[in-house]
Amino acid sequence: MAIKLHVNGAVREVDAPDDMPLLWVLRDLLQLSGTKYGCGMAQCGACTVHLDGQPVRACVTPVATVGARKVTTIEGLSPDGSHPVQQAWAEVDVVQCGYCQSGQIMTAVALLAKRPDPTDADIDAALSGNICRCGTYVRVREAVHVAARLQRGGK
Amino acid sequence: MTISRRGFLAGAAAGTAGLVVSFYVPGAARAAAMTPTPASPTPNAFLRIGSDDSVTVVLAHAEMGQGIWTGLAMLIAEELDCDWAKVRSEHAPAAPVYGFPGMGLQMTGGSSSTNGEFDRYRTVGATAKAMLLRAAAARWKTSPAKLTAQNGVIAFGGKTLRYGEVAAAAMALPPPKSVTLKEPKAWRLIGTAVRRLDTPEKITGRAQFGIDVAFPGLRTAVVLRPPAFGATLQSFDGSDALTIPGVEQVVKTANGVAVIAAHFWAAKLGRDAVRATWSTPEGGGVSTAALLASFRDLAEREGAVVATTGDLKPTLAGAARTLDATYEVPYLAHAPMEPLNCTVKIDGDRCEIWTGTQFPTVDQGAAAAILGTTPDKVTIHTPFLGGGFGRRGNPASDFVAEAVTVAKAAGVPVKVIWTREDDVRGGYYRPAYVHRVRVGVDAAGAPAAWHHVVVGQSILVGTPFEKFAVHNGVDATSVEGIADSPYLEHTAAKHVSLHSPRTPITVLWWRSVGHTHTAFAMESMIDELAHAAGQDPLAYRLALLAGKPRFARALETAAKEAGWSTPPPAGRARGLAVHEAFGSIVAEVAEVSIEDGRIKVHAVTAAVDCGTAVNPLGIEAQVQGAIAFGLTAALHGKLTIEGGAVVESNFHDYPMLRMFEMPAIRVHVLASDAPMGGIGEPATPPVAPAVANAVFALTRQRLRTLPLRLAPEAR
Amino acid sequence: MRSAAMIALALVACGNARSPAAPVPAAPDRAAGVAAFATVRAVLQHPRCQNCHPAGDAPLQGDDSHAHAMNVQRGPEGRGRPGEECTTCHGPANPPSNYGLHVPPGAIEGWRMPPPEQPLTFVGVAPRALCEQIKDPARNGGRDLAALRAHLDTPLVTWGWAPGFGRAPVSTPYPAFIAAWETWAAAGAPCPE
Repeated sequence: MAIKLHVNGAVREVDAPDDMPLLWVLRDLLQLSGTKYGCGMAQCGACTVHLDGQPVRACVTPVATVGARKVTTIEGLSPDGSHPVQQAWAEVDVVQCGYCQSGQIMTAVALLAKRPDPTDADIDAALSGNICRCGTYVRVREAVHVAARLQRGGK
Repeated sequence: MTISRRGFLAGAAAGTAGLVVSFYVPGAARAAAMTPTPASPTPNAFLRIGSDDSVTVVLAHAEMGQGIWTGLAMLIAEELDCDWAKVRSEHAPAAPVYGFPGMGLQMTGGSSSTNGEFDRYRTVGATAKAMLLRAAAARWKTSPAKLTAQNGVIAFGGKTLRYGEVAAAAMALPPPKSVTLKEPKAWRLIGTAVRRLDTPEKITGRAQFGIDVAFPGLRTAVVLRPPAFGATLQSFDGSDALTIPGVEQVVKTANGVAVIAAHFWAAKLGRDAVRATWSTPEGGGVSTAALLASFRDLAEREGAVVATTGDLKPTLAGAARTLDATYEVPYLAHAPMEPLNCTVKIDGDRCEIWTGTQFPTVDQGAAAAILGTTPDKVTIHTPFLGGGFGRRGNPASDFVAEAVTVAKAAGVPVKVIWTREDDVRGGYYRPAYVHRVRVGVDAAGAPAAWHHVVVGQSILVGTPFEKFAVHNGVDATSVEGIADSPYLEHTAAKHVSLHSPRTPITVLWWRSVGHTHTAFAMESMIDELAHAAGQDPLAYRLALLAGKPRFARALETAAKEAGWSTPPPAGRARGLAVHEAFGSIVAEVAEVSIEDGRIKVHAVTAAVDCGTAVNPLGIEAQVQGAIAFGLTAALHGKLTIEGGAVVESNFHDYPMLRMFEMPAIRVHVLASDAPMGGIGEPATPPVAPAVANAVFALTRQRLRTLPLRLAPEAR
Repeated sequence: MRSAAMIALALVACGNARSPAAPVPAAPDRAAGVAAFATVRAVLQHPRCQNCHPAGDAPLQGDDSHAHAMNVQRGPEGRGRPGEECTTCHGPANPPSNYGLHVPPGAIEGWRMPPPEQPLTFVGVAPRALCEQIKDPARNGGRDLAALRAHLDTPLVTWGWAPGFGRAPVSTPYPAFIAAWETWAAAGAPCPE
C-alpha cells in the first residue's frame, strides 16, 4: 500500500507492505543505499538512521510505524560530506572497508546532539551497538572527540 | 550502484583521453613489455592520465578495508611525481594481465598486495613519467634530461606544461625499454602518512558495495541452502513463497532453492516460506564435539611428517623436565560486515558479474564453466568489498557460482543476497585445530626437544592450490610458524607432524590462515616454559632469540613501550607474544584484568617490523584492526555444529568485539631495511596468546582453548 | 517489564475496587496474602520481568537472564545512554513474526528500565526484601498500592504476557497474577518472614 515518508527533507511515497522494514524501503524502493544491511536484528547498527533526530535501527522498524516522523539517512546528513562528524571522520582517517561507517556516523551524530562534549565512556556507551569488523574503534573514538571540537567551532 | 553500461563506458572514455599505460602479458609471466594502446579505456591499463590532469590508478587488487586504494596509488604517484590531489583509484576488471607478478592468479590475499606490487606499480609510474617528459621535450625541442617534473607540472627554462597537456602526445610515443626507480632517500610520498582516498565516498553513503548494485530489471534472490553439512535437497514446494507479493519465481540451485523477487524483503519472506525436504546427513551429521574428540585421539599418534631434526625420543627422555600441553581452537566464520552477495546478468554467451571478490579470475572461470562459455566472455566488476578476511576469495567460487546458476535458471538479472544467518551458517570456515605439544627442556629451561602433533582440516586439499602447497601429505598452511619458529633455532631435536582429517565441513583461509592457531600454540607453550623455568617471560624469550635480532627488537620495543619493567596497575597483568607471518614480525603486549568474571583487555602495545613502510597511517590502521579481529577470536569466536547443522546464526550468538571491549592500542612501526612484508594479517596471530599469557600471569590459570574461558573459581 | 516491577505494588484497597469481576469477599488473612505473594514474586522474578530489574545497571536478556549485549546500561533516566537509548533498538511494538527470532521486542510507551535513583531490583532479591521494596514508595517510584495496581495495566507490564515471536511469556497467566496480587493486597500486602 502507498505509504508517505519524510526522508531527508523530501516527501516520498512508496508502495510497500506495512511490515516491510524501513531499511529495505530505503535501499530497494528509494535507492538510498548508504544505509546498510548487516544483521537484520538490531545487533550491528549498520542500518542506523534517525527518526526525528533519534537513532533507530532501520532493519527492525516496520515502515508503517514511521508515520510522520522525519527520516534522516547518511545521505541526508549533509549534501557534500561537510557535517562536522563527517569532517572529523576524514581528518582522523577512520574508515577501512567502510561498510559499517554510515551507521557509526549516524550514531555519533545522535550522541553529540545530547552530549556535545562526550567522554570516552560516553562514546563507548553510544557506539557499542555498532559493530566494525575491520576494528576501526580506536579511530572512531578519536574522531568523535574531534567532531565535538568541530561542532563547538574549534579547529 | 546504478549502472548504465553505455554511460559508464562513455564517461570513462571522456575522462581518459590521454595517456594510458598498460601491460601486455604473454601468459602469466611478469610483464615483459609495456605498450601504450590506442583505444581507451583498455582492459589492461594500470594507469590513465587524462587531458584534465586526472590520474587514474587501476588496481589489480581489491580494496576491502586494507587501504590499497591509497597505498598502490602512492606507489605510482611516487614515481610519476603527479599532483596527489588529482589521483583516483579504481578496481581493474578480471583479466590475466592483472595476475600477480610471478603467479598469474589475480587475487587479493596473503597480505601481498603492497609488497607484491611494489616494483610493478612503481615501474608503471616511472614509465608514464618518462613518456610525459619525452613528449614535453619534443614540444620544447630539448632533451628530456633537461626537464624537471613535480606535482604534475613539467618545467624547463621558465616554461611549464601540465601532465594533462602532454598526455595525448605521450600516448603516441613508444614506451621506454627500461626505467630507473628512485632511491628510497628520494621518496616524497612513500613512508609518509597519507590519508585514504576512499574516505569521501565512505562517509557519505556514496561508496558502492556489491550489495548496492542496482539497475533496471535487476531482481533480488535469497537462497534456501542445506540445513546441515551433508544434507541434499530431496524435494521442495515453492507455492507458498509465490503467494508473497513481490515474489516472482522459485528456482532450484545446485543444492538449494532460490526465491526471486522484486526486492530483498519479498525474496527473504519467500525463501522463509519455501517448504523443502532434505536428506539426513550420513551418520546423523557431523558434530564439532565429536570431531574435536576424534582430533584429540589423532593427536596421540604421529601424522605426516612436517619436519624432523635430531633424535627426539632420547632427547625427550634425557630432558631435565618435560611439559605436555594440548591447545585447541574452534571453527570460525569470517563474518564480514557486508554479507555475501553477487549480481549476475547473462546476455547470450556473455555474462556480467558484480561482486566483491578477492578472486576475480577464479570466479570468472567458474562462471564460464557453468555457462558453457569462455572466461573472456565473463566480465567481472568489483565494487568495494565490505570486508573479506579470506571469505571472498574461495577456490570453489561458491557464492559466485551459485548466483550464476540462479540467474541462468531465472532468465533475468539477479542479485543474490545472503542474510547474516546464511553467512554465519553457510560454511567455509577457519578449521578447528588441536595441537599436542611435548617439550623437553634442558637444565637452563630451554627447549631441547620439541614434539608437536597438529590435527585439523586442510584448507587446500581438493583445491587448485593443492599442488603448490601440499607436499607429502602436509598442507604448509596447517603448520606454518611451528618448525620454523625462531624460538627453536637451537632446539636439538624437533619432530612436527600433521593429521589432516576430512570432514563434511567446508573450510577456507581466514585472516592470517595457519598462524591463527600455530601462534597460539607456540607462544602459549613458550610462555609455559618460561614460567616453568621460573624466568621472566620477556627475558626467557630474548635468550632464545639471541640470533634473531628482528624478533628480539620487536619484542623489546613492545615490552618497553608497554612498561614491561614496571608493575601494571593493581588487578592487572601483562602477557606478550611475537610471531612472524607473511614476512612481517609483530610483537604484542596485552594488559588485562578480570571484570565481572570476564577477561577485560585494557591495552595492547604492538611493535611491527614489516620492512619498508609505505603508508604508516595505513599500517597503524591494519594493526589496530588485526588486533580487534584476533581479540574477537580470543574472547568470543566459536562455531558449534550439531547433527551437521551450525548452531550459531547471527551476532547475538556469534558475537564480534564491540567498542566497549576495544583496548587502547599503541602501534610502533620499526624502521627496517628488511624485505617488505605484508601488513593486513600479521598483527592478528600474537594477540590471542598475549592475552592468554596475561591471564596466566594474573590468575595462574593456563587457558589452552580458544575462545578463552575462565574457570569459575577464577572469575 | 521493568515497569511490571513497579506495578508490583498495587495496593490493596484500590486493587479490590478496580477488580472488575470480583465480588468483594471478606479480606483474606495474612497467610493467604503471603501465599499469594509467592505467585507475585514468581512473576516479578520471571526473566520477562526481572531482566529489566537487574542487580546493577546492566539489563539482562534471554530466559537465562544473561547480560544484555552491547554493554547496554540503565543511563541517567533508565532509558539507556545517549546514542544507544533503549528505543534505538526497541520500537513501539514487537516486530512482526516474519522478522524472525531474537529481534528486540517493543512497547508503545517506550522501552526503559527503572531510573537509577530507584532501580527496583528484582534479580536475586529474597522474597521478604522484594516484598518490602515494592511496597516502599521511597523505592518504587512514589507509588502507593493504588498506583501500583494501576501500573499493572500498563503496556510494559502487560508486555510480559505478549513478549513477541519466539519468546516465552511469563509462565503465570496474567489473570492469575492479578488475582494473586489482589489477594495479597487485600490481605494488607503482608511480606513473608
